[in-house]
Amino acid sequence: MTATAKTIDPIISAAWGKPQSWTLDSYKKRGGYEGLKKALEMQPAAIIDEVKKSNLRGRGGAGFPTGLKWSFVPKDSPKPKYLAVNGDESEPGTFKDRYILEDDPHMMLEGIAIASYALGVHTCYVYLRGEFKFPAERCQAAIDEAYKAGIFGKKMLGKDFELNCYLVRGAGAYICGEETALLESLEGKKGWPRLKPPFPAVVGLFGSPTVVNNVETLASVPHVFTGGADWYAKLGTDKSGGTRLVCLSGSVNRPGVYEVSMFTTLAELIYDDKFGRGLPAGRKVKAVIPGGSSAPVLGADELDVAMEFEALKVKQTMAGSGGVIVMDDSTCMVRSLWRVARFYAEESCGQCTPCREGTPWQTRLLRKIEEGRGEPGDIEMLSNVASSIAPYPPIGLGNTICALGDAAALPTHSFLMRYRDEFEAHIREHRCPFGDKPWGSFGDWS
Amino acid sequence: MAEPLFTPEEQKKFDAGIAEIISHYPPERKSAGMLPALRVLQEIKGWLPPEGLRLVAKQLEVTPERAYEVASFYVMYHLKKPGKYVIDVCTNLSCSLWGAEKMLAYLEEKLGLKAGEANEKFTLRETECLASCGTAPCLQINEDHHESLTRAKLDAILAKLS
Repeated sequence: MTATAKTIDPIISAAWGKPQSWTLDSYKKRGGYEGLKKALEMQPAAIIDEVKKSNLRGRGGAGFPTGLKWSFVPKDSPKPKYLAVNGDESEPGTFKDRYILEDDPHMMLEGIAIASYALGVHTCYVYLRGEFKFPAERCQAAIDEAYKAGIFGKKMLGKDFELNCYLVRGAGAYICGEETALLESLEGKKGWPRLKPPFPAVVGLFGSPTVVNNVETLASVPHVFTGGADWYAKLGTDKSGGTRLVCLSGSVNRPGVYEVSMFTTLAELIYDDKFGRGLPAGRKVKAVIPGGSSAPVLGADELDVAMEFEALKVKQTMAGSGGVIVMDDSTCMVRSLWRVARFYAEESCGQCTPCREGTPWQTRLLRKIEEGRGEPGDIEMLSNVASSIAPYPPIGLGNTICALGDAAALPTHSFLMRYRDEFEAHIREHRCPFGDKPWGSFGDWS
Repeated sequence: MAEPLFTPEEQKKFDAGIAEIISHYPPERKSAGMLPALRVLQEIKGWLPPEGLRLVAKQLEVTPERAYEVASFYVMYHLKKPGKYVIDVCTNLSCSLWGAEKMLAYLEEKLGLKAGEANEKFTLRETECLASCGTAPCLQINEDHHESLTRAKLDAILAKLS
């Protein structure tokens, strides 16, 4: 690892905040759609190979290699194939895709065009979470521009290849970010995840082969072709190419989305002048969630870790969706976990019993402990309930159809492992030791 | 005779909306348009009245129960008529670290409503993460986001709601 690898020029976020960055005109002036031109001169199979070579991995949470996912689509299927874009960005702590949609939607559309051409897809659905009204407006305007410019529609930049692209807004359900729930929702149903296998690449939307890719993943694709797969791969580690958007929030001086190298550590993100600029005076890090609220929490002594899929896996947590939430030493861990648990209880789709019943049960126990009514045995019970949803350490999926169960159980397991003394203090003292300031005091509302 | 659900103008808007949505899907997959179709209905009526759900179901060639099932699954659909302004306050982790619970308490007092309650003018709800964690605390009013809220900023926003 060279020192220079840590300082990268942003490629995804380069134009954010610049005047009219969301327009086709601006995008073209920056070399937009040149990657598509290159791809259109290649054979579809060669395009997929190029993406494989780039080591691009999915940016939605699971980090699955994108080229490999594309290669799972059967070539000889008589059915139409679909591309579904996952813009359901709802994992607490995650807010990067919205800026791609708001500030540079054409970068994602170019990725859509390349992916569709490579996969033989003629219909693409861009699924955005329902709350994304403004991002949807920007994205739709960009889609309209792409049709007018002959990128979408009957021909693709003059080539005999038809691609239609439709934007669909969800209506408020975290579960629809799970890829099979997203497909159900796209089919006009409630978002109940499907059993896998079969995987969407084989049986997806309307029973047809479907690739589901995250917004940032697709926005990364054009760079594989403008810069070349080798260049893209070399930006990152042996197993993970390119750059990555991370979302920094919580107790830091400068929250926001930062494009970082795969070698940038959590500590650098939090303290470096280019990024978070540390915590407010007098505060210390207590806990950091490194990849959205489902990711197991890390303690203050575990921050010297690169924000990259493999490195975080070694720490038994995950890079997930890039949502980094910092909690300082004035924050109550019971209160924090209670809030996270409430989220999963609210968002459980209700299909599998362990999750449907277990998530509110966790919430009730945590509330009881936080409100000073906890009894001996409650912590064991909490741990037991979490294990019934998904055991720890994880052995693939827990006891549920989709990963929401694991997402709901992992925070409980990890908070109890690292901050058990705080839970015990609540029970021993019959109160929250942080009194009426469980969230510390920070910002205008303190 | 019961009053018709739509005025002629609303009917035109509804029909055009549904026709556009259906054109995005394979002909035998009309029902895929359920989410956008419910959105069209809600944009016209402000909520999803039962007779509207029946109309959507008819257009998409499914049973009314199916329309109701979808409408009741997603939190952004209103099965009861909400206040003129629906205020959704995020209190998830990142927002709470920036005072969201106190902001919600301030709103409850100012509007005279508890979270989950409504009057003619306001529906106040606690909501889940709105993807504005870097600009916390945040809320949305009728789907418009407001971020990095301070007391002064929130007061100014509320003052504009008539």
